[in-house]
Amino acid sequence: MSSPCRVRAERLLALLLAAAVLAGCEREKRHIGPSGPEAAPVIQTTPFVPGGAQPLPKDPRAEFYENNAFEVAQGARLFRWYNCSGCHSNGGGGMGPALIDDQWIYGSEIEQIYGTIQQGRPNGMPSFRDKATEEQIWQLAAYVRSLAGKNSQVASSRSDAMAGIPPRNQASPADAGKETPPKRLR
Amino acid sequence: MSQSALHPAADQATRLLGLWDLMLWVCAGMYVLVIAFLAWAIWRRRRAAYLIEPEVMVSDPGLERALGGWAVLIVVGLIVLTTASFLTDRALATPGERPLKIKVTGQQWWWRVEYQDGPVERWVETANEIRLPLGRPAEIELASDDVIHSFWIPNLAGKTDLIPGRTNRMAITPRRAGRFRGQCAEFCGFQHAHMALDVTVEPEAAFEAWRARQLAPAAAPADPQRAYGQQVFQAKACAMCHAIAGTQAGSRNGPDLTHVASRRTLAAGALPYSKGALAGWIANPQALKPGTNMPAVRLSADEQAALVAYLDGLK
Amino acid sequence: MSAVPMPPADAEARAAAKLAETWGDRPGVWGWLTTVDHKRIARRYLVTTFVFFGLAGILALLMRLQLARPEGRLLSPDRYNELFTVHGSTMMFIFAVPVMEAVALYLVPLMVGARNIAFPRLNAYSYYMYLGGALTLWVAFFLNIGPDIGWFGYTPLSGPEYSPGKRADIWAQMITFTEVAALAVSVSIVTTILRMRAPGMTLARMPLFVWAMLVTAFMTIFALPSVMLVTSMLISDRLMGTHFFNYAEGGDVVLFQHLFWFFGHPEVYIIFIPALGFVSAITETFARRPVVGHTFMVLALVAIGFLAFGLWVHHMFATGLPKLGNSFYTSASMAIALPSGVQIFCWIATIWAGRPIFKTPMLWVIGFIVTFVIGGLTGVMVASAPLDLQLHDTYFVVAHFHYVLIGGAVFPLFGAFQYWFPKFTGRVLSETLGRWQFWLIFLGFQLTFFPMHLLGLNGMPRRVYTYPAGLGWEPYNLAATIGAFTIAAGAVIFVVNVVLALRRPADAPANPWDAPGLEWAVASPPPAYNFVDTPAVSSRTPLWEDRTSLPVMGGLATDYREIVVTSPVEAEPGNRQDSPDPTIWPFLAALATTVLFIGSIFSEWALVWGAIPLAIALTGWFWPKRTGPGGAPE
Repeated sequence: MSSPCRVRAERLLALLLAAAVLAGCEREKRHIGPSGPEAAPVIQTTPFVPGGAQPLPKDPRAEFYENNAFEVAQGARLFRWYNCSGCHSNGGGGMGPALIDDQWIYGSEIEQIYGTIQQGRPNGMPSFRDKATEEQIWQLAAYVRSLAGKNSQVASSRSDAMAGIPPRNQASPADAGKETPPKRLR
Repeated sequence: MSQSALHPAADQATRLLGLWDLMLWVCAGMYVLVIAFLAWAIWRRRRAAYLIEPEVMVSDPGLERALGGWAVLIVVGLIVLTTASFLTDRALATPGERPLKIKVTGQQWWWRVEYQDGPVERWVETANEIRLPLGRPAEIELASDDVIHSFWIPNLAGKTDLIPGRTNRMAITPRRAGRFRGQCAEFCGFQHAHMALDVTVEPEAAFEAWRARQLAPAAAPADPQRAYGQQVFQAKACAMCHAIAGTQAGSRNGPDLTHVASRRTLAAGALPYSKGALAGWIANPQALKPGTNMPAVRLSADEQAALVAYLDGLK
Repeated sequence: MSAVPMPPADAEARAAAKLAETWGDRPGVWGWLTTVDHKRIARRYLVTTFVFFGLAGILALLMRLQLARPEGRLLSPDRYNELFTVHGSTMMFIFAVPVMEAVALYLVPLMVGARNIAFPRLNAYSYYMYLGGALTLWVAFFLNIGPDIGWFGYTPLSGPEYSPGKRADIWAQMITFTEVAALAVSVSIVTTILRMRAPGMTLARMPLFVWAMLVTAFMTIFALPSVMLVTSMLISDRLMGTHFFNYAEGGDVVLFQHLFWFFGHPEVYIIFIPALGFVSAITETFARRPVVGHTFMVLALVAIGFLAFGLWVHHMFATGLPKLGNSFYTSASMAIALPSGVQIFCWIATIWAGRPIFKTPMLWVIGFIVTFVIGGLTGVMVASAPLDLQLHDTYFVVAHFHYVLIGGAVFPLFGAFQYWFPKFTGRVLSETLGRWQFWLIFLGFQLTFFPMHLLGLNGMPRRVYTYPAGLGWEPYNLAATIGAFTIAAGAVIFVVNVVLALRRPADAPANPWDAPGLEWAVASPPPAYNFVDTPAVSSRTPLWEDRTSLPVMGGLATDYREIVVTSPVEAEPGNRQDSPDPTIWPFLAALATTVLFIGSIFSEWALVWGAIPLAIALTGWFWPKRTGPGGAPE
């Protein structure tokens, strides 16, 4: 019973290890440096069908952005920079829908989220087609999915961003008497 | 342009250079003593390379007395250096009169510089450049928005860290006019190497003239191409991160560009300012500063030319 | 003419044969995995540390190539950041500390006349843990998941928001691995030194190297928990969303630095103090007389050990501390120059008063003094809080700590290697190649690192992947790069020297240098049981005292592993005790711990599930076994 079975098991193990390693590499890659020209501008639209019944065609770039820790982190930064929290409140939802739950008006696939950010949606979601580069929209879409726990393997556990006034023990003595409105540190 | 602790141009750096000189002479003296003793020890009893019967029962009262003397010498040297160091440290902390208040905020990988001097209407914001009036002490408030950076202009003063959640302060009293380079001194990520500051010390009149120019809102587009450039700036991703006073662009994620063309460097010192450099930087920031948070925005040739013309007009 | 340890007699030969059987390992891979012999494990440590020393050196060469010219384009910033992080982490955690421990593991039991180290299984476990940590870092590096946060890993750059992915976790866990290993070794060394010294070897008669290792091991025990704590807090911030270092939620960014440097500064002395022991041993042998001021040397070692814990803040002068703190830590940091200066004086005085022979190990000692004193004096400069504001985080500091760590620790290490190589392997290294190696490395070192002082003063910060032209930095950087390759040439000669020596038959005499320490009383390399009979010591230089024979104390069992436990101060023989047999359990326990540590990079549940195999392995390890008189298996 020894050899063939064991050899196969060993091979399988080796394959699994190699796959894990490769997956690890993809997840960790940091895409910096000159970026090539982006694809020709095609104005994409999605028919408005709430419920996401008609998924967009799969995009080859989706997987890279979704499973890459660095891209997701960049998305988190852009989420803050582009004031997504103004409506989505760090994902909890406010004027806009919550992003940390499992209800997706326009679909939960990354391509669908990409479409939502790029094209905008009725009742307030603006289009970011001109306001963000494609790369940035992909990063944002990947981050939004991580908020809902869709790709938690690469997401950071938290951001340092939720800052109120500096904690009392760190307030500088010079600021003690000042009447400053509480402000976000970032 | 200079970036050296050995050519001070401010009170603080001059004091530190004085301390350095003292340290150097004291330490060099000690080193010469050690090496002389070592050389003497080696030359005194040179031997051929065969093994000699070892000495076992030895006592060295003379050497142990010499050791006592050596220890006293070290202690005296250390007392001198510690005292000098203490006095210098106190001197650095002495605030000057009528300080010019500047707030510097470190961000990956550039510097936000806010002159918070006088009434709020006179406050000025710029990026990656600091101008200081000659002879007037500047009080610099240091903060960070993301990771730890360190503010260092070696010709003017020692470095102080910018730490998120804390506010540090330091004083600079410039005494010599000139152009200096500062640089982030605490490792802060991909582009730690390209996080420089362009520092100018100039007579107070020149400084005030500069401040008056900076106070003015951005120049209105002078021709149709530039007007189109302004539209591009506001319609595209540019306005998502940059502010230009006097226009609708008001985001504070990236450097303020109100007078970008009046600066002498681009991208926190990554390249000297010129219209061509600006065009190259906008076209492909990642090639010039890999890892920067500035994206390559897709623009048509017309849009690109108009945008560059517009920004280049923001003197 | 070297002292023959014991007159061969029939009874002696029979005892030796029996001891060889009792203390020997099984042949083959099984023996390799199960051995608890301190010499085999130490040799393993030595080989591994030197391999990683070479690898980290190659990274340094790559960095020097990048910086040889301004605006270098050889490496991307991302890659460069990984390189200096892995270079620094490897040199500190995977080379410098373990290599000193390795030498100590080999020599301390021999120097104190013991059969084996105390806790030999823990010792075996430590090697596998160390190897696990080293491989974790380097495999990750080759998979492009190498940490890129610096060897110091300051938050928030290493925190969850600015270090996405697993790079920082790998760095943090690598530290946990290596520090567990270092703690295990330190506990073994302290116990060996305090309870297993040969009868008569009072504390006052203990060799200076053993003193140095005692101080080092205690420092390790007090310093390392701090870094393990801080990296675990970092991992918990990253993996479980705690807020130790999140200022927005009341955490503190600077707390990381305090905890890190509370370890990080003693760490430097943990590397450097064993080297002081090497220098004392070499100087004593080749100056042909005991070290001048033995008592002062010991006091200086202990003083350094204490003072090293009171000056960590001098790494943080730029963070904006209160002025009173500045002054305190300035004085404390400068004070350490006194014991260091006393030691330097004593070594030079030993050469002065002795009749020195300038063999290669002695050259390294002289190179050490010439180089280390510069590093010590620049250390006084950076200890000054105000001056440090100009020097901190510049190439001046890079120059300073390479002068201290290479000049102060690696030079003595090469000397020690040349000196004890016959004991490690039974072969003497070539003097000619040794001299070539010395001069290439010594001169290459000065060419590399001296210009860096000037670079720092001229404003070049550390950890920049490139720099602009026109600031006057080019010639210094080019010189440093040429120097780095000169050092590399010296390192190649070192490897050649070792390889050539290993191809020769093992014919080194027991005491080729006519040295005074007990380790030279046994054959080169020593047998598994070290000493046939436990030596009895009556002076600091036992082999110089009586040139014909060594007094011994007999009576230990030969048919099972028995050692004698002596009192901590006077080394009076107390009771007999068993020493553990070879076993596979330390290896399995290390494997289980490795799974737990690596798993906890990915999920906190690894702590729970990983504890089960670890508990099984530890149960097997500590399963009671009847040995000793009456219980010994025949």
